[in-house]
Amino acid sequence: MRRRKRNLLENIMHAIFLCLGLITVGCVLLITVYLVISGIPAIKEIGLVPFLFGKTWASTASTTEPSYGILPFILTSVYGTAGAIVLGVPIGFLTAVYLAKLAPQRIKSTVESAVSLLAGIPSVVYGLVGMLVLVPGIRKLFNVPDGASLLAAIIVLAVMILPSVIKVSVTALEAVPKEYEDGSLALGATPIETYFRVSVPAARSGIAAAVVLGVGRAIGEAMAVMMVSGNAANMPSLFESVKFLTTAVASEMSYSSGLQRQALFSIALVLFMFIMLINAALNFFMKRDKEG
Amino acid sequence: MKKIICMTLAAVMAAVLFVGCGTASSTVSTDGSTSMEKVIGALGESFMNNNKGITFTYNPTGSGSGITAVAEGRCDIGLSSRSLKAEEKEQGLVETILAYDGIAVIVNPENPVTDLSTETIAKIYKGEITNWKEIGGRDAEIVLIGREAGSGTRDGFESVTDTKDACKYRQELTSTGDVITTVSRNPDAIGYASFAAVSDKIKVVSVNGVVLSEATVKDGSYMLQRPFILVTRKDVRLSEAAQKFFDYATSPDAAAIISAAGVVAAN
Repeated sequence: MRRRKRNLLENIMHAIFLCLGLITVGCVLLITVYLVISGIPAIKEIGLVPFLFGKTWASTASTTEPSYGILPFILTSVYGTAGAIVLGVPIGFLTAVYLAKLAPQRIKSTVESAVSLLAGIPSVVYGLVGMLVLVPGIRKLFNVPDGASLLAAIIVLAVMILPSVIKVSVTALEAVPKEYEDGSLALGATPIETYFRVSVPAARSGIAAAVVLGVGRAIGEAMAVMMVSGNAANMPSLFESVKFLTTAVASEMSYSSGLQRQALFSIALVLFMFIMLINAALNFFMKRDKEG
Repeated sequence: MKKIICMTLAAVMAAVLFVGCGTASSTVSTDGSTSMEKVIGALGESFMNNNKGITFTYNPTGSGSGITAVAEGRCDIGLSSRSLKAEEKEQGLVETILAYDGIAVIVNPENPVTDLSTETIAKIYKGEITNWKEIGGRDAEIVLIGREAGSGTRDGFESVTDTKDACKYRQELTSTGDVITTVSRNPDAIGYASFAAVSDKIKVVSVNGVVLSEATVKDGSYMLQRPFILVTRKDVRLSEAAQKFFDYATSPDAAAIISAAGVVAAN
């Protein structure tokens, strides 16, 4: 009897936890289904090729035929993310090597808490500082008419991805068995040689995961880049005002109607596909990490 | 086991369905234009003071969203800072003009230019004039700041200056405040913003020699102006509370409050 009661309680608890777990799955499914359903009609109406490879976006044009080409947004998102990785990953990676292997305990804890703080700063604050400091700074430094540009967005994104790159890389580097390093040192390698020839290769899939995580963070950021990139739908160029996939959706959604609104959902769908690809890549690296 | 899961799931889904439905009868919900924030906020506040027990809400989403919201019945009154399009009127929506707003053309305080004609403004925004020295400023490229596609201010500005779909914007920003901040940080920038939002961080230029003021907007001599409208549905009656607010906002009593918010009352 008692055992039965316990079993019942056990089952109820099990069901409750299952439901809680299903909420997350449900949300993902809901969003996916909703995005696909609301994103497909506009692509059908515009046509997949003109939508993905069209070079002009004039969604509210009333004197001419509106055009819905999102190639400028896709390229801007790709270039912007790539730029952020090129700038941010070397800094983040070297910081991680320093923190994991070289830094004295006191400096390490100070830097680590600063990194955590950087991760906690809301993106609107990055945007605000970028808008008030970085944009006028770029204008003066490079002597261009206006500083709101792809470059400003890249710099902001590079700073924003630092925390995730550093944290994941540090974890990966610290997980390298100490015996590897001891062996290398015993064979006469200097500490720096050891870290770069032994520790880093041993942790490479973790570091790759850090980079992918950074890509995910950069490509999905909307608020901060909206405030510094100017938001004109130009083809990307370093000192031109540009519009990202995320900002295209965020800036026009509130006033949109009709096909324009549907097209914004289609942009969101394209962005979602990118994120899915990145997640798949991340899973791949994580799995390899576990197996290796 | 499976039964339990099914039942719990069903209950959760049913609960989700009911959330968000049903508005209490003693609330007035408005939704729409961010440019109308000041004026609608002031009206709502004084309305609530005079009518205890009625709650007034304002959701600043943008003209397009406000119009959609009222069409879908998600709010009582939609707020728009542009006139309704023909297709929106076909959906059974009606507009009532609440006030007129002057659109200020703004430049950085360091800029020596003080007056521009509507033709010059149009030429600047179409990219036919690209340097300030052509119109009496210093030798520097003009940086065009505008609002995002669909914004009521942009629509108003482009229709009055006849530059629809022809503007070569350097920056398209999503709020009036962003435009003002950007123009105040760049000596070569020009932008446009709602009259109600201008501050001393930027310089307002006169248009065709007419200085922007309440009087010049009202008598029509200041060219760059647009209506602030209340959007309702033709075939659906407003709730008692919403009707009360509607009557109040369009009554002469509200004119003083509307003027205090920096725009010109229509009634």
